[in-house]
Amino acid sequence: MKKQKSTRLQKISFVVLLTASVIWLVPIVWGISTSFKPATEISLFPTRLIPDRPTIEHYVNLFNRSDTPVLRWMLNSFIIASLHTIFYLFVASFAAYAFGVLRFKGRDRIFWLLLGTAMIPTVINLVPLITMMIDLNWFGSWIALIVPGLGGVFGMFLLRQFFLGIPIELIESAKVDGLSNVGIFFKIVVPLSKSAFLVTALFSFMGNWNDYLWPQIMFSGADVNTWTLPVGLSKIAGTYNYDYGLTMAAAITAIVPVVIVYAFMQDHIIEGVARTGIK
Amino acid sequence: MNADLVKKKKRIRNIKENLSAYSFLFPYLLIFTVFFIFPFIYGLIISFFDWNFFFPERTEFVGFENYFKILFNSDSIYYTYFWNGLKNTVIFVVMSVPLLVGIPLVLSLFIDQQPYGYKFFRTILFMPTVLSISSVILIWKWQFYNNGGFINALLVKMGFEEIPFLLQQPWAWLSIIVVTIWWTMGPNMVIFGAGLKNIDKTLYEAARIDGAGELHIFTKITIPLLAPQMLIVMITTVLASFSVYGQPDLLTNGGPNQSTSVLMMYIRPMAYGTNANPGVATSMAVMLGLLMITVSIVQSKIINRRDKA
Repeated sequence: MKKQKSTRLQKISFVVLLTASVIWLVPIVWGISTSFKPATEISLFPTRLIPDRPTIEHYVNLFNRSDTPVLRWMLNSFIIASLHTIFYLFVASFAAYAFGVLRFKGRDRIFWLLLGTAMIPTVINLVPLITMMIDLNWFGSWIALIVPGLGGVFGMFLLRQFFLGIPIELIESAKVDGLSNVGIFFKIVVPLSKSAFLVTALFSFMGNWNDYLWPQIMFSGADVNTWTLPVGLSKIAGTYNYDYGLTMAAAITAIVPVVIVYAFMQDHIIEGVARTGIK
Repeated sequence: MNADLVKKKKRIRNIKENLSAYSFLFPYLLIFTVFFIFPFIYGLIISFFDWNFFFPERTEFVGFENYFKILFNSDSIYYTYFWNGLKNTVIFVVMSVPLLVGIPLVLSLFIDQQPYGYKFFRTILFMPTVLSISSVILIWKWQFYNNGGFINALLVKMGFEEIPFLLQQPWAWLSIIVVTIWWTMGPNMVIFGAGLKNIDKTLYEAARIDGAGELHIFTKITIPLLAPQMLIVMITTVLASFSVYGQPDLLTNGGPNQSTSVLMMYIRPMAYGTNANPGVATSMAVMLGLLMITVSIVQSKIINRRDKA
C-alpha cells in the first residue's frame, strides 16, 4: 500500500520533470533548426522543425564575414578565461591555505573582515575601476579582464572550507619531518584537494567566460578581433537582428563547446553549487 | 637562563611562522585591496564630484549635489533616470524573485522523489546556467519574434493571434522574466536539492503515521528544515535581480518607452561613453548598493527569526 503510493508520486514526478525538460530544450532545438534552414524557409508558414532543404549557408556566411569572427572571439575568450583561472587558482589557494591551515596573528579577524567587505555590491566599484583602468593604461586590453577579478572571494572561501577538512595530524607530522610551509602546501594540501581545485577552476572559468557588462565597457572602441565572445554576440544581436539564420548559427556555434564541456563536467559543477548550500 | 632561551626560540619561530603565513596571503590581499577595497572608497569619493575622466582639471567637488539631483531635483534629467530606473528594477525584483525561488523549489521537490532519469532531467534543467547572457538572448529573441518565432508559430497554430512580445507591455516584462527563469534558476534548484537530500526521511514517515497531510508536512517540516538553503537562495537571488542588466538591455533595449529600463541600464552609459557622468552614475550606484545591503539584512533577520520560532 505504502509502496504503491510512493511509485505513484514518482510517476507524477517523472511526467513533470520530463515536461519541464522538453520545454527547457525547445529554444535550443528551435535555434538549431533555424540555423540549418535556407533563408526562404525560415519565415515560411506553417513553420517546421525539420528543414525541407537543410543548408549550412548561414555557418559558411558567419565564418566568412570579417565583422563576425566568432571563432576568433571564442579563442580570445578561451585564452582570457584560462589565464584568469590559472592566476586565480594560485592566488586564491595560497590565501586559502593561510586562512585554513596556517596559524598567524589576526587570522580570523582578517578572514571575516574580508568576507564582510565582499558583501558590498560591486556596482559601486564600476566607475572607479574604469578610472583605474584608464590610469593604468589597461583600458581595452585583456589585462583588464584578467586581473581585477583575481580578488574574488567565492573560490577562495570554497578552497579554505575544503582545506579546513584536512586532518591536522597530517600537517603536523609533515612539519616534524622537516617540510616547510611551501612543501606542505604543494606535497600534501594540493594533492588532497584536487576536486576542490577543479570546482574552483570551473567556476572561475565560467564566470570569466560569461562576463558581459565589464568587457562590454572595456572593449567599447577596441578592434573587433580582440573582443570576447559575449561582447561579439551582443553586437551580432544588435546588428544582424533580422538575419535569423545568421544569428542562430552564431548562437549555436557559441553554445556547442560550452554544452560539451558541461556534459563532461556536470557532476563537478552541480556538486560545487550544491556545496554552497550546505555549511 | 635555559627557559629564557626556549622562550626566545619560540618567539623567533612564531615570527617566522607569521611571516610565512603573511607571504602566502600577500598576493591575494594586495589584489583584493587594490581592486576591491580601494575602488569602493574611491567610488564614495567620486560620488561627491562632478567627475571628468579625460580632463581631470575640469573635475570639481560638488558635495551632495549629485545625490540631491537624482533624489529630489525633479527638473533634472537624472532625477527622471534614477526614479524610472529604480521603479523598473523594483518591478523586476518583485515579479521575478517569487518565481525564481518557487519554481526551482517545486522542481527540486520532484527531483527529490528520485523518479526514473532524475539526474538526466536535472542536467537538462541546470544547463542554461552555464551559457553566457548574449548567447541566451540570441536564442530567445528569435523565439519571441513574429514571422517564424517558435512561440508565435505555436499560438497561430492553436488559433490565437500573434503577440508582439518584445514591443508591448505586459509582454515585454513577461519575456524578460521567462528568459531570466530559464537562464538562472538552475543553481537555486540544486541548492534546494542539496537541502532536501539532507532531510531525514523518517520524519516524513512519522508525520504520515500521525495522520499529517502532504501540504502540512511540506509547510511544517520541509520548509523549516530548508531555512539555511532558503536564506542563501533568497539573498543571492534578490541581489542578482537588483543588479539585472543583460536581459532587458539585449532583449527589449529598455523598451517599450523605457518601461523596462532598469537602473543598471542608466548607470552603464553614464559610467563610460559619450553621455558619461561618472559622479552621477556613482551616486546612483551607491544608492542601489545601499538598497541591496538593507534588503539583504532585513531578509536574513526575517528568515532567522522564523527559523527560531
